[in-house]
Amino acid sequence: MKRSATAFRTGGAEYRPGATETDRPAHEALFVREGRVIQKAGGALLIAEAIPGTQYNEIVEVHLHNGQIKAGQAIDISDECTVVQVFGGVSEVDLKNARIRCKGETLRLPVTMDLLGRVFNGMGQPIDNGPVIVPEGYLDINGEAINPAARNPPAEFIETGLSAIDGLNVLVRGQKLPLFSGAGLPHNRIAAQIIRQAAVKGGDEDFAIVFGGVGISYDDASFFIENLRQTGALERSIAFINTASDPAIERISTPRLALTAAEYLAWQRDMHVLVVLTDMTNYCEALRELSSMREEIPSRRGYPGYMYTDLATLYERAGRVSGSEGSVTIMPILTMPDDDITHPIPDLTGYITEGQIVLSRSLERGGIYPPIDVFLSLSRMMKEGIGEHKTREDHNNVFMQLYAAYAEAAYLREISTIVGADALGSRDRIYLDHADRMEVRFIGQQETERRSVEQTLNLGWELFADLPEEDLKLIREEFIATYHPKHAAREPAPETEG
Amino acid sequence: MGKIWRVSGPLIIADGMRGTQVYEVVEIGDEGLVGEVIGLEGERAVIQAHEETLGLRAGEEVRATGRILSAELGPGLMGSIYDGLQKSLLAMIDSSGAFIRRGIQAPALPRDRRWAFTPSVKIGDTVEFGDIIGTVPETPLVEHRIMVPYGVKGRVTEIHEGEFTVEETIAVLQCKADKRELSLMQDWPVRKPRPYRSRRTPSGLLTTGMRILDYMFPLALGGKAAVPGGFGTGKTVTQQQLVRWAETDLNIYIGCGERGNEMADVLHSFRQLKEPRSGRPLQEKEIFIANTSNMPVVAREAGIFVGVTMAEYYRDMGYDVLLVADSTSRWAEAMREMGGRLEEMPGEEGFPSYLGSRLSGFYERAGRVDCLGAPDRVGSVTIAGAVSPPGADFSEPVTQHTLRIVGALFSLDTALANKRHFPAINWLSSHSQYVTAVRDWWNRFDPGWETTRAEAQRILQKESELEEIVRLVGPESLPDDDKLLLLVARMIREDFLQQSAFSEADTFCTPKKAGLMLKAILRFHEKARSLLDAAVPYETIRSSPVVARIARMKEIRNETFEEKYPSLREAIDSVLQPDAAGAPDPSRAEE
Repeated sequence: MKRSATAFRTGGAEYRPGATETDRPAHEALFVREGRVIQKAGGALLIAEAIPGTQYNEIVEVHLHNGQIKAGQAIDISDECTVVQVFGGVSEVDLKNARIRCKGETLRLPVTMDLLGRVFNGMGQPIDNGPVIVPEGYLDINGEAINPAARNPPAEFIETGLSAIDGLNVLVRGQKLPLFSGAGLPHNRIAAQIIRQAAVKGGDEDFAIVFGGVGISYDDASFFIENLRQTGALERSIAFINTASDPAIERISTPRLALTAAEYLAWQRDMHVLVVLTDMTNYCEALRELSSMREEIPSRRGYPGYMYTDLATLYERAGRVSGSEGSVTIMPILTMPDDDITHPIPDLTGYITEGQIVLSRSLERGGIYPPIDVFLSLSRMMKEGIGEHKTREDHNNVFMQLYAAYAEAAYLREISTIVGADALGSRDRIYLDHADRMEVRFIGQQETERRSVEQTLNLGWELFADLPEEDLKLIREEFIATYHPKHAAREPAPETEG
Repeated sequence: MGKIWRVSGPLIIADGMRGTQVYEVVEIGDEGLVGEVIGLEGERAVIQAHEETLGLRAGEEVRATGRILSAELGPGLMGSIYDGLQKSLLAMIDSSGAFIRRGIQAPALPRDRRWAFTPSVKIGDTVEFGDIIGTVPETPLVEHRIMVPYGVKGRVTEIHEGEFTVEETIAVLQCKADKRELSLMQDWPVRKPRPYRSRRTPSGLLTTGMRILDYMFPLALGGKAAVPGGFGTGKTVTQQQLVRWAETDLNIYIGCGERGNEMADVLHSFRQLKEPRSGRPLQEKEIFIANTSNMPVVAREAGIFVGVTMAEYYRDMGYDVLLVADSTSRWAEAMREMGGRLEEMPGEEGFPSYLGSRLSGFYERAGRVDCLGAPDRVGSVTIAGAVSPPGADFSEPVTQHTLRIVGALFSLDTALANKRHFPAINWLSSHSQYVTAVRDWWNRFDPGWETTRAEAQRILQKESELEEIVRLVGPESLPDDDKLLLLVARMIREDFLQQSAFSEADTFCTPKKAGLMLKAILRFHEKARSLLDAAVPYETIRSSPVVARIARMKEIRNETFEEKYPSLREAIDSVLQPDAAGAPDPSRAEE
């Protein structure tokens, strides 16, 4: 069946939990309980009479007088009342005729390998006009916490083809590494380049991509879908898309659906899954919106106090577990409000994720692509993923020295803007040039350019060649003898040794 | 037995609970989830659930257990990995696979394992709380001393040598009227500090192998330290380095609301790493508590208290214990979340007003004490707690409350971390009140330690003043002796304070090596100054080959440093002679 992946419908779809009516096990329908809305409807909350037997966080249906059915979740239950949070808001609810029906379900995703190549909305319904999904089973979208003692530490290098990442902030399988960006910065292009280049490495058949679009514009969504299609990766991808015009509350379920699909592929099908979630700032905004509707005590800037824990329950689903060949790697993208890295959204994210790739507006203005600020960027899993047999023996030393030299250069550049380059000594002026070379030659590259990690490291050595050799004190002497262009030119580099 | 009346996240209100006590453990619902009563109101009990409450219904049963939340103490703790409720995570893998299902039972101490018990008291002896009645070799690194449990005093009527499980009887005491059977295991309510005979002031250095700590900001045995820092500043690596190399008898690592992958990394590396003195796997002297950020929020507090209770238990055997908690901010956030759900009046930034007293209650359980019971022994608990201030802003409540109670501050600095200067501990804003407590200890290794330390601090302080001038007029317009000071300060920063956790030779630095390294730098300063006086230009000194030698001295191994030091010192002396300056470098020839 031929279908156009970009021509998906958005919004307005009537809710059917998990799957179609006929797919639901028959016995569940026996336990339908019904209650009436009694007290209050406002924002996204309904306060209804107590419905005996309702489970905490159960998914319920709200039947309206006009026959429309909305989905909701019981977020506070007691013998006095049931508080229901309604997906899509409480418009058209009237307190006289609306009914709440409880079927004892929590939100679940139907899983099967047929999910690959499909596009869904933020509630897990197909929006690509494709065939009905016939599931193997259903998975709770909240997942289960991985036992920390059963985790394998992430250690497999992913070659993204970008020097600023492969050389200085390595991504490994099972890591959660976000892109911190700002409005108007090319985060989507960078993410697309990573997907393109990481996906094709070695033609790895076990590689899959799950894309979660949270509150993004139609244009952004189709950019990613088109990109996946052009590189032929669409058949190995699953997309969940909640566009900016879809109900905010569905932004809460979108990343959970994406991660549940990823977990299915990774833990049950032994695949290496890269999950791209964009834009997580919209997710946090939705979280704040719901929190204020629930009249919770706000924490910093109105965000709920549990935002750290909530984000952690998403991002901690990345990893590798013993007993499975697969892995879940998460790359969330978020736009920092006003480019402020201390804003609660990037701040709390940075405390959860294993590092961050930060984009810089000044590099972007300087015409550098990708404009990655390597000082603010960090990969905590780096040391596990580099070195002999993984990348190259000199990787750690080159990385340390590149940072030290660039930090020195950046400091001198800052001073020279005040006192002028003439007030610097000759050695300092060498470093001043180094800053430019680092940005233009090492960090900067073409959007279509895929550098191998060897090319990236050799590029580092080319930069070192212009520095005084005695300043390379973070590099072991034997590596200088092997890789420094000055020495390597005299005698061909011997094969790597113990 | 009561019934659930209301569920809202981890907060549960149950009806029909008269007769339960505050902090009593209850079992909730069909799955028997663990909860703790935190308040009572007539028939109703306010309960915090330590497990995920998804799917609970109003009307489900709540069973009181009559127990206060307690930790199991006995052989089998060392090398274990627990969640916040002291359930064994390794045992959980066997029963439920790689994912945590709630309601699973996994006892802290294995019930089937047998331990070799050697008594140290005999029939007829009178023993009481705290007395050691025998020992069990728990791991090759830790001898477990079995103590008489709390509130027990009597005459030994039976005592057995041999192999026992933790539940079997090893001794019988005649206590006044009745007999009391003792086993290898006992328990202790986690929120209650264990008693001791008397308290001592912290003393003796807790050697960490990190130069910036040991030399500049020492932590004494029985002390408390805070490690605050924004994300990416290396809190976790610093904490891991502490438990990895600290010269203590045993360590407890609490991963509280932090990353699962990092926990996995710690667990895996501790299986492979060797304890430097014995060559045994480090795991044999560690206990881990792993309550990662996606595990139930309320159990973070339980994990902190379970950890410190185990620390006190080993302290009471006469051991020096280091407890590391990463991160106390996550515990504070759990308090805030519960406070919000209980609709308590919030204090600063939404945290409950009792935040300060809870934090100090925890940190005050650190200390060096004379233990109760015979024989006489001294033990200590040292606590290092990480703090994760939002936006790296130290003025927030958790950091500020913590700073009021701790004796040392290792202040992690985002600017240093961005430059990849690790450990990113800022030398100007950190402090330690334990300098006098460790003075005698240091003077054994490095006479004059206090003066050398003060001199290094003076240079670093002066550097930060000169930096401001440099920013205005540029580095070239400084006089030569200021340029030299900047060079020496840079040596102290980069060649002494900076230390790579990932370099084999440098990751652990002995106090001896640290002392000599700093001496070499200060000697260089002294010699270079006299050169300047002899009108040798600064550029000649800066380009001297000894500068590079000093930069590489941290790569010299601890074992050989002392024997190689004299040649380094000679090189400094001979190269920095007025007549040798500019002459060919003898230090190269000698290598």
